Amino acid sequence: MTQFPALFRRHLIPVAMAGTLALAAGPAAAQQKTIKIGFVSTFSGPTAVIGNDMRNSFELALDHLGRKMGGLPVEAIYEDDQQKPEVGKQKTDKLIESDKVDFIVGYIWSNVLLASLKSAVDSKTFLITSNAGPSQLAGELCSPYVFSTSWQNDQTPQAMGLYMNQKGVKTAFLIGPNYAAGKDMLAGVASTFKGQVIGQELTKWPDQLDFSAELSKARAAKPDAIFVFYPGAAGVQFLTQYAQAGLKGQIPLYTAFTIDETTLPRQKDLALGVPGAQQWVNDLPNEQNKKFVADYIKKHPGARPSFYGAQSYDAANLVNSAVVAVKGDTSKKDEMRREMEKANFKSVRGNFKYGKNHMPIQNFYLQDVVKDAEGNFVLKTVATIVQNDQDRFHDKCPMK
Amino acid sequence: MIYFIEQCLNGVQLGMLLFLLAAGLTLIFGIMDLVNLAHGSLYMLGAYFAASLVAWTDSFLLGVPLALAATLVVGMAVEVIAMRRLYGRDHLDHVLGTFGLILFFNELVRLIWGPAGMTLFLPAWLNVAVPLLPGLAYPLYRVVIIMVTILVALFLYALVMRTRLGMLIRAGASNREMVGALGINIKLLYTFVFGLGAALAGFAGLMQAPILTVQIGMGENILIVAFVVIVIGGIGSIRGAFIASLFVGMVDTIGRAFFPDLLRLVLSKEAAATAAPALSSMLIYLLMAAVLVLRPEGLFPAANR
Repeated sequence: MTQFPALFRRHLIPVAMAGTLALAAGPAAAQQKTIKIGFVSTFSGPTAVIGNDMRNSFELALDHLGRKMGGLPVEAIYEDDQQKPEVGKQKTDKLIESDKVDFIVGYIWSNVLLASLKSAVDSKTFLITSNAGPSQLAGELCSPYVFSTSWQNDQTPQAMGLYMNQKGVKTAFLIGPNYAAGKDMLAGVASTFKGQVIGQELTKWPDQLDFSAELSKARAAKPDAIFVFYPGAAGVQFLTQYAQAGLKGQIPLYTAFTIDETTLPRQKDLALGVPGAQQWVNDLPNEQNKKFVADYIKKHPGARPSFYGAQSYDAANLVNSAVVAVKGDTSKKDEMRREMEKANFKSVRGNFKYGKNHMPIQNFYLQDVVKDAEGNFVLKTVATIVQNDQDRFHDKCPMK
Repeated sequence: MIYFIEQCLNGVQLGMLLFLLAAGLTLIFGIMDLVNLAHGSLYMLGAYFAASLVAWTDSFLLGVPLALAATLVVGMAVEVIAMRRLYGRDHLDHVLGTFGLILFFNELVRLIWGPAGMTLFLPAWLNVAVPLLPGLAYPLYRVVIIMVTILVALFLYALVMRTRLGMLIRAGASNREMVGALGINIKLLYTFVFGLGAALAGFAGLMQAPILTVQIGMGENILIVAFVVIVIGGIGSIRGAFIASLFVGMVDTIGRAFFPDLLRLVLSKEAAATAAPALSSMLIYLLMAAVLVLRPEGLFPAANR
C-alpha cells in the first residue's frame, strides 16, 4: 500500500508536465520539425523493470540535453516489445512506417533485435541498440545504419572467462537460456576460458524458471566452477535455487548479466561474493557518470541506474552527437553516420572507440556486490579485466 | 545412481506442485463444468499475498496460513461477483470471461505491488540442503513441498470421498438440478468449491514462490501444464490429477535431464544443445497426445461423465 504515493509521482506528474508543455508550445510547434526517436524495449511482464530503467535513463539524458538536439525539440515514442520477437518487429515497423522516426533506440533481447533488424536497415533508419549485441550483428549482419552503445554478447562472458583463468579454475559447467544471447554468452566464456568445459546446459527461454534438473546435473559433474547467464528476474530465481541446492560455498559461481541494479534488491545476500563482468559500473569515476548516477537517484528515489540504463543514456548522447553534426537536418544520413563512427560524445563508461562494425572497443571491469553504509546492496568496480577489447566477429563484417 | 535419484526427486517435486494447481482446476472444471483460465491468477495472488504477509508478520509460518485464507476469500469473492454469471453458458464464454480476469488481476497486481516483482525469502532453517542418502544432499524446502502436498492430497481424498460435504460435491457434479431440488443450497456449495480450488491454486503459488520468486503473470505458463495434467488424468478426477501430475513432472524433469545426452549420440554437439531444450519441453505434449489417442477420456475418467 505504501507504493501508492510513488505511483502517483511516477505517472501523474509526467502527465501533468506533458500537459503544461503542450499548452506552452501551442500550435506553432506543430509546423516546426522535431527529432523523432522510437524506443523499443520491454515495458510489460516480469522484465518490465529493465525497460523502465532504460526509459528512465533515456529520459534523464533528454532532460540533460534540455530535451533538444541540434536546436530542435525531441519527441521520444516508447513501444513495448513484450519480450517477443514478433511483437518487437511489429512495433519497429510501426515506428518506421507510421511514426516515421529518425532513430530507433533500445532492444534488450538479442532475438527481438534480430527479428527487427531488417526493417530498420531496409528503410535506412538508424538503429542504436542499447543492450542486445548478437554475434550476427557484429559479423555478417553488420550495417551502416546500426550502432551499438552496449557490447557484443560474447565480450562480457569472454572477460569472465579470463577472470576464471586468473582464479585458477580448471573445469567449468556452463548454464544459460536457449536463445540467441544465451548461445553467444556460453560460446563467449568458452572462447577465453583455458580450462575444460565439462558440461553445458541451455534451458527453455523465457518460460523455464525451475533449474533443479540443471543444478543437479552441474553438481553431479563436480566442476571447479559454474558459469551462468540469466538476465532479469531469471537471475533472481537462479541464485535462489543455487543457494537452496546447497551449492553456495561448494561450487563457486561466475556470472554475466545475472546481477545488476534491477535484480539486486531481490537477490540481496544471495549475490554477495558472486563476481560479474561489465563495461559499466555505477561507481566509474568519470564526471559524466557521476552526474548521471547522482541525477538518476535524485529523480527516482530508492532506485539506482543499471547498465541497461547507462547504455540507453549513452544512446541518447550518441544520437545527439549525430543530430548536432548535421544541425538538425536528419536527411544527411552519411554525415550522421560518419559523426557517430567517431563516438564523439561523453560516454558514462568513459571514452571508447567504434570498430568498423559499429561495436564499441572498450574496457571490461570485474564487479562485486557489497553492502554500503546504509545497508543497501550495491555493485562496485574491483579491477579492470581487459582493456580496449574488440569483439571476435568484426572480421566477418564486410563494412570498411 | 545418486544423480538419477536426485533427478527423480526433482520430478516428484515438480509433479507435486502441478498437483496442487491441477487439483483445484479439475475440481472446478469437473464439478462446476467451468473452464477457469484465471486459475493461474489465483496462483499468482497466493504468491503475492504470501510475500507481503510473510514480510508483514515477519514469520513464514504465520504468513503462509494468512495468505492461504486471503486467497480463499478472494476466490469466493470472484465466484460470487464474476463466475456465477458464467454457469450454464458456453465454454467459449468461460474462456473469454476468465481471460478477462487474467488481464484484470495482472493489472491489479501491478497497481498494488508494482511491476518489479517480489522475493519471498525462506527462513534460514528451511533454506538448507539435507542429506537424504550418503552423497545426496537435497534442498529441504523441496522435501517439505513433497510432504505437504501428499498431506493435502490425503485431505482432499478424505474430504471428497468420506464427508457429507464431499458427497454433495460429487452429487452436484452428477446432477446439479436434482441436488438443488432436494433442498441443498447449490449456490453456496459452488462458492465453496470455487474457493477451495482457489485456495489450492494459491497454495501452489505460495509454495512455489520461494523457488521461483513472485512476479506478474507467473501463473500463465504453468497453467497450461496444469491443463495438460487434468486432460491426461481425466477431467474431474482428483486421483487422476495426482497420478498424472507425477507422470508429467517425471517426464518433464527426466526428459530435461537425460534427453540432451541422448540427442548428443545422434546429432552434432551444437545441434543437440540447441534442439534438446525445445524437444524435451515437447515431451509432455507428446504424452498428452498419446493418452488422448489411447484413452480420450483420460487415464481415470470421473464416473458418470
